[in-house]
Amino acid sequence: MSASTTISRKPTGRDGGPVTYFVALLLVGVCVAPVVYIVLGGFRTNAQITIDPAALPDPWVGVNYMAVLKSSVFWGEFANSLIVALASTAGIVALGLMVSFVIARYDFRFKGAMYSLFAAGLMFPMVIAITPLYLVIKDLGLVDNLLGVIVPQIAFGLPTTVIILVPFLRAIPNEIEEAAALDGMSRLGFFFRMVIPLSVPGVVTVGILAFVGSWNNYLLPLYVLNSQANFTLPLGVQVFSSQYSTDTAKVLAFTSLAMLPALVFFSVFEKRIVGGLTGAVKG
Amino acid sequence: MSDTLAPRRAAARRRGRTRLEIAVLSAPAVIVFLAFVIFPVALAAYYGFYRWKGYGDPTDWVGLNNYRLILTDPAFHDVLWHNGLILVLSLAVQGPLAIGLALLLNRRIRGRSTIRVLVFVPYIISEVIVGTGWSLMLQSDGAVNGLLRAIGLGSLEADWISDPDLAIWTLMTVITWKYLGFAVILMLAGLQSIPDEIFEAAQIDGASYWQIQRRITVPLLGPTIRIWAFLSIIGSLQLFDLVYIIWGQYVSGTAGTSTMAIYMLAQGRNAGNYGYGSAVAVVMFVISLAVALIYQRFVLRRDLRGAVTEGTV
Repeated sequence: MSASTTISRKPTGRDGGPVTYFVALLLVGVCVAPVVYIVLGGFRTNAQITIDPAALPDPWVGVNYMAVLKSSVFWGEFANSLIVALASTAGIVALGLMVSFVIARYDFRFKGAMYSLFAAGLMFPMVIAITPLYLVIKDLGLVDNLLGVIVPQIAFGLPTTVIILVPFLRAIPNEIEEAAALDGMSRLGFFFRMVIPLSVPGVVTVGILAFVGSWNNYLLPLYVLNSQANFTLPLGVQVFSSQYSTDTAKVLAFTSLAMLPALVFFSVFEKRIVGGLTGAVKG
Repeated sequence: MSDTLAPRRAAARRRGRTRLEIAVLSAPAVIVFLAFVIFPVALAAYYGFYRWKGYGDPTDWVGLNNYRLILTDPAFHDVLWHNGLILVLSLAVQGPLAIGLALLLNRRIRGRSTIRVLVFVPYIISEVIVGTGWSLMLQSDGAVNGLLRAIGLGSLEADWISDPDLAIWTLMTVITWKYLGFAVILMLAGLQSIPDEIFEAAQIDGASYWQIQRRITVPLLGPTIRIWAFLSIIGSLQLFDLVYIIWGQYVSGTAGTSTMAIYMLAQGRNAGNYGYGSAVAVVMFVISLAVALIYQRFVLRRDLRGAVTEGTV
């Protein structure tokens, strides 16, 4: 063996030189700078921003953030976003797990068709269905009602969920099911006592995707919700930024606080989100 | 007799029970999915044949007139062109950039996991926040021009949002910023699934680092690249949030950044023409489906084995 192969056992894993570090730093800088700008801008005054739009706070002021944190509008929209995201996630996980279990572990004639139906759903993104979807929601009397956002989000979340969970549930060894049956456990007992605990990792991935998707959704709330009391945060940010278009500093503070939950959520579940997305893509 | 009948009855009972379980477990998901995904899409196809303001039942049947108007409307040609441009530029810019960055970041460097998290930040923030932040920075008295002045490049100051010569490039920059991290993370995951033995074998055979990347890594990354490209294409055809937030319905028209989805909202719901808006949705759907099927037929064949056109069960 030559010396070079013992130093770098694996070419892709070879140590990065200064160029690598420089490019990595540049990339991180480009990705993070606008976010930092938004957060720091909230600590400045409008006068500071007008004089020099790209500078550090001098002095730092907390009034913008305090004003947003004290406003009932922000917290109302925060609560709405949270309700919608939690309810959508719960619905997607519950309905998705049940139907995936049927597709993965029962034998029946329409099994293939059912899977294809959900897989085809990937081709129907919300943008395309939104106009008639709004009309359906209107006919159900759910306009300006959080349910009008939650239920369609559950429906549109199902395809990804089924695609991720079916292979997951199919991978549970038959021996476990047979052993459970020998112990006198019914198929449903098996579902509740064995499948649900065993599928936690897959469910967490699906749940995170559902939660972040709901938290960031803009189009559906834009169509469905029209009174401020029912707005979710993305709508709130947009309305706030046009209402206070002259108060840039306050808009920046509002925007920072609105993105904070998603960032915290992401940093906590980072591994699962990245894994889930790449897993979902690989199918 | 009773010896053979009893088990048969038990088996029939079990079959009935199994059917009931299938029905109970799958019905909620199937019903919600049909009612809120499939039914609206079917409705769009129906409403698309009417001139209809959204009140009462549609009665003013206009046949294919909505479709004729859409396909001959110069404004629709514009948005179609913008979507096409965004599609091609997204692939051409983000693809090579993401592959290069992933190859680089796949090396052993300190703080790799932190870098991965930070690169992913723009993707996790909602389009609305990204749009609001960028539109503030890009205004003529915003941070981008301020920064240019500060570093002595004041002559490059521009009206990034409303100048029709610049707006589409501004949009492409924001799109690249927002979605590049996702592409990099995908490519990194793809790289990690390539077994080390292949590289070792190539190295023993005397291949150089760059030969290995070009001849082995990138081809083996093929499935990941093809799936990423598919997601990027579909995303480009349906782009809405970013443009609507930064440019809005009217400026996007004059600045040359409006997309099919913006056209649909402006001409449909916002104009009260639900029949026409539905027809636009159908056109968008047909275009997306055609692109997806062609892509799947000719590019993705080996990777997906028919997840879109047929079940894999």
